[in-house]
Amino acid sequence: MLFIIAWKNIWRNKTRSLVVIISVMLGLWMGAFLLSYIFGMIDQRLKDAIGNEISHLQIHHPKHSDDHDPQYFIPKSRQLIADLEKNDSVKILSGRVLVDGMVASPAKSLGARIIGINVKKEDQLTQFAKNIVEGEFLKDSDKNKIIIGRKLADKLKVKLRNKVVLTFQDHEANIVAGAFRIKGIFKSYNSTLENNNLYVTASDLSNLLDISGEIHEIAILLNEADHVDPFVSQLRADYESLSIEGWKELAPELGLMIESLDQYMIIFLTIILLAISFGIVNTMLMAVLERVREIGMLMAIGMNSIRLFMMIFLETLLLVLVASPIGLLLAHFTISYLGEHGMDLSGIYQEGYASYGFKPIIYPKLETVYYLRIMVLVMITAVLASIYPAISAIRLDPVKAIRKI
Amino acid sequence: MDSHNHENCVIHTEDLTKIYDGGAFPVRAVNDVHLHIEKGEFTTLVGPSGSGKTTLLNLIGGLDQPTQGKVWVKDVDISTLSKSQLIDFRLHNIGFVFQAYNLIPVLTARENIEFVMLLQKRSKAERKKRVFQLLREIGMEDKINHRPAQLSGGQQQRVAVARALASKPQFVLADEPTANLDSKTAKNLLDTMVKLNEEEHITFIFSTHDQRVMDRARRVITLVDGAIASDELKEEQHIIIG
Ligand SMILES: Nc1ncnc2c1ncn2[C@@H]1O[C@H](COP(=O)(O)OP(=O)(O)OP(=O)(O)O)[C@@H](O)[C@H]1O
Ligand SMILES: [Mg+2]
Repeated sequence: MLFIIAWKNIWRNKTRSLVVIISVMLGLWMGAFLLSYIFGMIDQRLKDAIGNEISHLQIHHPKHSDDHDPQYFIPKSRQLIADLEKNDSVKILSGRVLVDGMVASPAKSLGARIIGINVKKEDQLTQFAKNIVEGEFLKDSDKNKIIIGRKLADKLKVKLRNKVVLTFQDHEANIVAGAFRIKGIFKSYNSTLENNNLYVTASDLSNLLDISGEIHEIAILLNEADHVDPFVSQLRADYESLSIEGWKELAPELGLMIESLDQYMIIFLTIILLAISFGIVNTMLMAVLERVREIGMLMAIGMNSIRLFMMIFLETLLLVLVASPIGLLLAHFTISYLGEHGMDLSGIYQEGYASYGFKPIIYPKLETVYYLRIMVLVMITAVLASIYPAISAIRLDPVKAIRKI
Repeated sequence: MDSHNHENCVIHTEDLTKIYDGGAFPVRAVNDVHLHIEKGEFTTLVGPSGSGKTTLLNLIGGLDQPTQGKVWVKDVDISTLSKSQLIDFRLHNIGFVFQAYNLIPVLTARENIEFVMLLQKRSKAERKKRVFQLLREIGMEDKINHRPAQLSGGQQQRVAVARALASKPQFVLADEPTANLDSKTAKNLLDTMVKLNEEEHITFIFSTHDQRVMDRARRVITLVDGAIASDELKEEQHIIIG
């Protein structure tokens, strides 16, 4: 009976109830959508970072990370690569030669990171070739050819087929230099790469460094993303003298982003729920004040505090129960549609996003469990938001309330 | 002192006083009232505006707590009950009819009457039987599914009387039940109450300014400045007008 009265009471002031219902609905729609957007963005960033940049794990000489001194190459790398390639967990791996140096054009001279790659393996590992926007990607047989980022090329004022000169120290700290012809220009959603990285063949670079056949870095992609941690531990046990790092250590900001996601989510939802609850408290308080005489009468004829509280509480809960499934359903449709087709923000945000390594296309996604969590949180909000109006109803003095008649 | 234990006594007050301290000086809204009402009485409280009729009814009905004195309903001293005990006491012992806003607007006539019995946790069969019996007694069988807004003021008040009776109270308190009604409708309502009083021996106590209402009562208590100025008993002489 209380339930029926509560339900009917909601529709006494249709406009007001609809306003609350719509605002709760919009709040949830927006909230769920924004969450899915953040999830999508981070997921995309993670996929890009692992799939195009850092891979699941990397192996270095333990001293290499200090200042990238080329003398710290990976000892016995050929044997190591052969062993790793036999490992069932490994999907693909590639070795790289690394050195920090200068790149000079007739116009300018800039600092850069020079990366010597095994072209075929590298492309399998990071799909690098698809980043080439002008010219062509390297071949393993190329001699003194270089791939340069669009941004860096612009700064150096060089074009395809121009020459640039690379200068750096070899493994014995002798200054060496080599002239390279630009074979391709690449773009990256991550502007750091576009500004800093130069790609040549591994053999060209190791020859210049006088460490022919040696490499500084092995990047590995595993078959299962979940196996990274155990795989890293296993390798560390097997190769104690090497530095072996998973993606969370290689890009700590990514790991942190994932770990702090839940906190962000809570803060974010709290804000939305707070806004919703203010709306609810306000409306229900108005509903109580409007019915002072009626509530006084109900108390006079014997409706006790618990029942009165329940009535107001049910009214609040029902409002939210009507609104939240609609809001979440709308969110679900929006998220599935955009999750499939992607949201292309390249028009608006490209620069800003790219500098953080985000792609301008985002695929929002939200797991079912989050819908449930949101639903539960909204219910809790409704419960809390009904307390104050319900208490103010109970506090009414029937004598005074009725005297208003 | 024994009088309130008398078998037929439903209300007994002693030394009943209510002082309002709110304003510039305290108001003795009800002043040292000794009242004794028996089962089956049909009593009106009359007196000028501000004489304390509403206050006295509220004290008797357990809506308000006295500053001094006692109220017995049957053998319960309700001045000792807590607020929540009073709510429960009212539910089971006292029927109320107010000047307006008696009914829950979202419920039909039938549901409004049933509502108190639901609060009392009566069985479905019992509720149904009583609702139809009451609707018949107030002559509104044809309006059972009308909401208050679809009823006239007089019809609403009759439903309110039925609602007050639904809980099988010891007595019904009505504070100016006819104040918002035109004289013909007021007469109809009174006819209903008189009939219920005569046939079912329902005890009615109500306040009024309306001379025609006073004419129908068997006992007229006049209040002046919160005190009983006169208490007249008319011997079985009420005239049925029309
Ligand atoms: N809450 C209150 N605070 C202060 N004074 C009050 C309060 N309620 C009533 N009074 C005073 O108590 C006195 C009696 O009021 P009451 O309403 O009982 O009179 P009444 O006989 O019912 O009048 P009416 O015929 O106008 O309804 C009045 O002087 C009134 O001003
Ligand atoms: Mg009054």
